[in-house]
Amino acid sequence: MIEAIAFYVFAALVLGSALGVVLSKNIVRSATCLLGTLGGVACLYFVLNANLIAAIQLIVYAGGTLILIVFGVMLTSKSPWMQFTATRGQVVAASVVAVLLAFGLCGVMLGADWSRPAGQLSASPQVREVGTDLLTDYLVPFEAASVLLLVVMIGAAYLARPEK
Amino acid sequence: MFGLEARPLSQITIPWTPRSPEKLREYRAKGIKILLTLAVLSLVIGAGIFAAADMNDPTRISDWKVILAFLGVIGPAVGFASFLLGGLAIILYRQIAAFLKAPWVAFVLFCGGVFGVCLLVWAHAWVFEFTRGMLAAEVGTNDVGTEIFGTGLVAPLTVREIYGQIKDTLPVPLAAYALWPLQFDLVRDVVALAGIIGFVSIVPVFGIWWERKVAGRIQSRLGPMRVGGWHGWLQSPADGLKLICKEDFIPPEGDALLFKLAPYLTFVPPLCAFIALPFAGAYVFRDLDVALLFILAMLGIEVVGVILAGWASNNKWSVYGAMREACQMVSYEIPMGMSLLIPVMTVGTLQLTAIADAQKGGFADWLVFRNPWCFVAFFTYYTAALASCKRAPFDLPESESELVAGFHTEYSGFRWSLFFFGEYVAMFVVSGLAVILFLGGWKSPFPADWAPTGGGFVPRLVRGLLFEGPILFVLKAAFLYYVQLWIRWTLPRIRIDQVLYACVQVLLPLTMVILLGNTLWILGVKHMNWTPLVNIDWALHKILVGIGVLAVVAMFGIAAFGYANRRRLVGSLVVDHLPGA
Repeated sequence: MIEAIAFYVFAALVLGSALGVVLSKNIVRSATCLLGTLGGVACLYFVLNANLIAAIQLIVYAGGTLILIVFGVMLTSKSPWMQFTATRGQVVAASVVAVLLAFGLCGVMLGADWSRPAGQLSASPQVREVGTDLLTDYLVPFEAASVLLLVVMIGAAYLARPEK
Repeated sequence: MFGLEARPLSQITIPWTPRSPEKLREYRAKGIKILLTLAVLSLVIGAGIFAAADMNDPTRISDWKVILAFLGVIGPAVGFASFLLGGLAIILYRQIAAFLKAPWVAFVLFCGGVFGVCLLVWAHAWVFEFTRGMLAAEVGTNDVGTEIFGTGLVAPLTVREIYGQIKDTLPVPLAAYALWPLQFDLVRDVVALAGIIGFVSIVPVFGIWWERKVAGRIQSRLGPMRVGGWHGWLQSPADGLKLICKEDFIPPEGDALLFKLAPYLTFVPPLCAFIALPFAGAYVFRDLDVALLFILAMLGIEVVGVILAGWASNNKWSVYGAMREACQMVSYEIPMGMSLLIPVMTVGTLQLTAIADAQKGGFADWLVFRNPWCFVAFFTYYTAALASCKRAPFDLPESESELVAGFHTEYSGFRWSLFFFGEYVAMFVVSGLAVILFLGGWKSPFPADWAPTGGGFVPRLVRGLLFEGPILFVLKAAFLYYVQLWIRWTLPRIRIDQVLYACVQVLLPLTMVILLGNTLWILGVKHMNWTPLVNIDWALHKILVGIGVLAVVAMFGIAAFGYANRRRLVGSLVVDHLPGA
């Protein structure tokens, strides 16, 4: 009952602010709406009792990435009220991609088996178990992701270095 | 001459009264009408309840009617009382001011307030404990219908069942009605949240006054002395009243929507951090297993509000402030998170209650003295936390001497005060986090084994005051809060390049070294049990505890020396106003 109410409230928040991200012409407003989307998804994780992933979502996306986005926008935009003006071609391309993505997602969701597996699902996955899994069974993907981030960082530092 | 001659302060009046007597009469009539309506409403509903409910048999009318009636009485009654009090306060403001100026009033209000808050917290904890026990006793006997959310029961307890449980200890049927709504988790949550919000609103009100007094003392002046008589103790409420009355200015060329949103984005996240911040083992709203990450996330989101405030003001000083805040936060989050990893690794959990429980062996068991890496981590964390609260020497986002007021240059009135509420609440949160992670949380310096056992009133009181409990936590956090004030009024502000240098080239490598060192240390001492390292660990632990004891003794010694030489150190002007001068 209360979970259902919370789900609908947060889902409305996620969808509403996602629409805001797409429809807003002001780039800083779009970034602010992104905060609603990311925070709303974190709240949905909390409703689903996935505390760890919710907290990580808040730290990494809402607290970290978003600030970098706003920071970048503020540093790079030439006028304070830079407006987005999409050309007709961009709108068409974006709509095609969005429709394809929506069909794909709907297909996956409708085809999925939503029956609850036999195991106990109500308890939050313990941080300890997640950590152990990351450093044993999933060590290679975990390290691969770290190396990717390192490559990105080195690339960014290379691009940003002063011209000689 | 010209009506401008100097008058004694006592004769100056506040021109609150409307100019024309007709207006005044109209307002008065309106107020009396509202007052009468509310009084009649609550009286009628109250009489209805007493007519309907036979107090000897509290089951004569059904539960929901009683709850509705209660709400019906409480609403109008609270309205009546606040209206009456507000009206009285306006009519009698001269007498109230004279009363508040009496020197003993501040003392009595302060002591009474602290005692009352403790009593309220204790009563609320007792009622919650009782309710949980009552629910646990009923599980299994009450299996009709569908599950009521959060109770673990399939049907709510009726007032008759509750009265049956409390009859022996408290033979008052009305108490059963008061306990009835508390059986739902949701109602208990609302009550607890009201407590949290109450605490959060006291922290800045007291904190701002305290900061101004500390600033005054450190700079050999008096600080606020007028409002309220005794040491300006009413300064913060008076400031609040003034801020509410100020013009609510929104820059016409700015982004009005984001301008309005930003103060809330700054104030609400630190408030949310209290969801996971435990005041004591049982005094925590939600004992999350990822409490530490949650609080870090909340402190991180706060920055978005500051950046948006600077951006939406459309003012170059504000944008500079926002830029500085963004650089500073993005860089200091890393050393802060890495220093917090040290106690987490040492104890092996992210749950704050578990981390505090691991330090129950008294002063020597506090994590800051556990090994040298933890000792260093405490200081790196505290430095990074200062930067994350944008406190001096890291208060570049609002540096008054260069940027007018930084990111809040364009703000006024209530929105401006929200930024300050956010800042002072965040200061308390980072101090509380440091207390839980490094300084034993809500445990006292005495080992827990010395505590008296038993459930009687006196052993409980001794345990709560001397061994563990929210009082100790608040006192320790208040001390670290005081250290923040102390640093702010002692150190000069550093430049932005120095801020980034201190982070990237000093703090960051240092935290990396202690992170690695702590990992190897735990591996050697705990997992491999390597004898030489275990011995070194033992010796270093003793040395660190010695340093801690010395630091405490030195602090008291310096304070005593300063007090003994106060006339020479700060000058007679200040000293003459100190209590006991």
